[in-house]
Amino acid sequence: MEPFRYERADDVGGALATIAHAPGAKFLGGGTNLVDLMRLGVERPAVLVDVSRLPYDRIDAGEGGSLHIGAGVRNSDLAADLRVRTRYPMLAQAVLSGASGQLRNLATTGGNLLQRTRCPYFQDVTKPCNKREPGTGCPAREGEHRNLAVLGHSEHCVATHPSDLAVALAALDAVVHVVGPGGGRTIPLVELHRLPGDEPERDTVLEPDELIVAVDVPALGFAERSLYRKVRERASFSFALVSVAAALDVADGKVRDARIAFGGVAHKPWRAFAAEESLRGASADERSFAKAADAELKQAQPLRDNGYKVPLARNALVRALLELA
Amino acid sequence: MAELAAVTLTINGEPYSLELDTRTSLLDLLREELGLTGAKKGCDHGQCGACTVLLDGRRANACLLLAVALDGAEVVTIEGLAQNWSLHPLQAAFVEHDAFQCGYCTPGQICSAVGMLDELERGWPSYVTRDVSSQPRLDGDEIRERMSGNICRCGAYPNIVAAVEDVA
Repeated sequence: MEPFRYERADDVGGALATIAHAPGAKFLGGGTNLVDLMRLGVERPAVLVDVSRLPYDRIDAGEGGSLHIGAGVRNSDLAADLRVRTRYPMLAQAVLSGASGQLRNLATTGGNLLQRTRCPYFQDVTKPCNKREPGTGCPAREGEHRNLAVLGHSEHCVATHPSDLAVALAALDAVVHVVGPGGGRTIPLVELHRLPGDEPERDTVLEPDELIVAVDVPALGFAERSLYRKVRERASFSFALVSVAAALDVADGKVRDARIAFGGVAHKPWRAFAAEESLRGASADERSFAKAADAELKQAQPLRDNGYKVPLARNALVRALLELA
Repeated sequence: MAELAAVTLTINGEPYSLELDTRTSLLDLLREELGLTGAKKGCDHGQCGACTVLLDGRRANACLLLAVALDGAEVVTIEGLAQNWSLHPLQAAFVEHDAFQCGYCTPGQICSAVGMLDELERGWPSYVTRDVSSQPRLDGDEIRERMSGNICRCGAYPNIVAAVEDVA
C-alpha cells in the first residue's frame, strides 16, 4: 500500500476544506472497499479524510412516512431499523443480501453507494482497464465477462455496479443529498450513477470534492409489499449475477402501480421504467409479468458469455412479482 | 516515506497510546506489534473472516480497519474472551462439539459467533428471515446465513453450527 496522510474530520466544513487543499485526497467511511482497493494498488490516495465521525449516523422520520438516512449509518443499523423493515422490506433485504455480517457492521450508507465495480480486470493492476486507467482498453469485452453487464454498456466498459442497497434505493425513488465547495445539492438516486459511455472512469456524477451526507427515501405505501431477490453463485456472501427489487400495488386483480429495479446487469442500478409502465393497469398474472419483463429486457445486449443473464433477470422478476401479487 | 499518526485505543481491556504508520491495519497491529496472534490473516481482503474481532462490541474484519482510524475504540480479540481462566461459552462449545480441524479459522469463527448472537439478541433480521419485520428465530439456516462471512477450509461447518446452536 502506498503511504498516505490520515486526517480525521470533526465537522463537514473541515472535511471539505481538507479535501479542497489536498489533491488526490479521498473520503474514508467504513473503508471496506477503499482500504481493500488501496491494498490492491487500484486506489492510491495521498490523503484520507475520515468522515466516519461526522454527525450523519441517524435515521430520522420525515413527512408522511418518509425516512432521512444519514450517510454514515452503518449497513447493519439500516437493515435493523424497524421502520425500514416494515415500510420498505426490499431495502432491508437488499442490505442483508450484501457482504457479510462483519462487513455490514463497518460499511456505511454513503460508502455503499460509492463502492467500485468488482470486475476482475478493474481490480488487477497488471491488466488494462479503461475504468482504472482511461485509454488502456477493456479486456473484459473479449475476456472473462460472465458476471458483467448486459444493459447499457459501451465499447469502453462492461462493468456492473455491485451494490444491492443502491438497487432498492433506485426502485424507491430515493434522493441523495450532497455537499461540496459550492454548497449543497440533491440528486435522484437513479441519476447518481452513470452509464460508462466513453468516460468509464466516472462511476457517478459526483465531483471528487463532493460528499454524500444523506439519502431520503420518500413515503410509498405499497412498498410495505416489496422484496429483494438476489441470484448468485453461492447461497450467501456473494455478488449478484442478477437481482430484483420490486414493490407491487394490486387491487381487484389489476396492477395499480409498481416499482422495479435490477442489479448485477449494468454499470448502474437499473430502474425498470418500461416494465413498470407495462404493468400499470395490467392483470396481476404471470402473463403480464412476463410481458413487463420482456418490455424492459428487449434492450439487453448480452456479450458472448453472459447471455444467460437475460432469461435469468426475466425469470427472477416474474417470480418476484408472483410472490407479491 | 511512511506517514505516522497517533491513536489511543483499548484492546482486551488494556489501554494503548501508539504512533503508527497510517497503513497499519488493526490485524497487523495486533499480530505484528502487540503479539496478539489469535486473530488470523487469511485473505487480508475481508473475504474469509479469519481476522474477525469485536470492535465496540460488534464483529468486524480487522484486516480492513486502519488502526489509526480507531481512536477511542474498544477492541476485544479471541485472547480477551475468556474470563478468569474460564472459557467463554462459545469457546467451550467449540471444544465440546469438535468444531474445527486445523483451527486456523477458529478464533474468527468464535468472535464472529459472539457478535452474531448479540445481533440476534437485538432482533436483527437476516436475508433468510422469512418476514424481515418480525423477530427472527435462530435455526440452522439462520446460523449458516449469519456466519457466511467466516470460511472454514477444513469444512467443519456442521460442528460449528452445532456449537453455535448449543450456546444460542
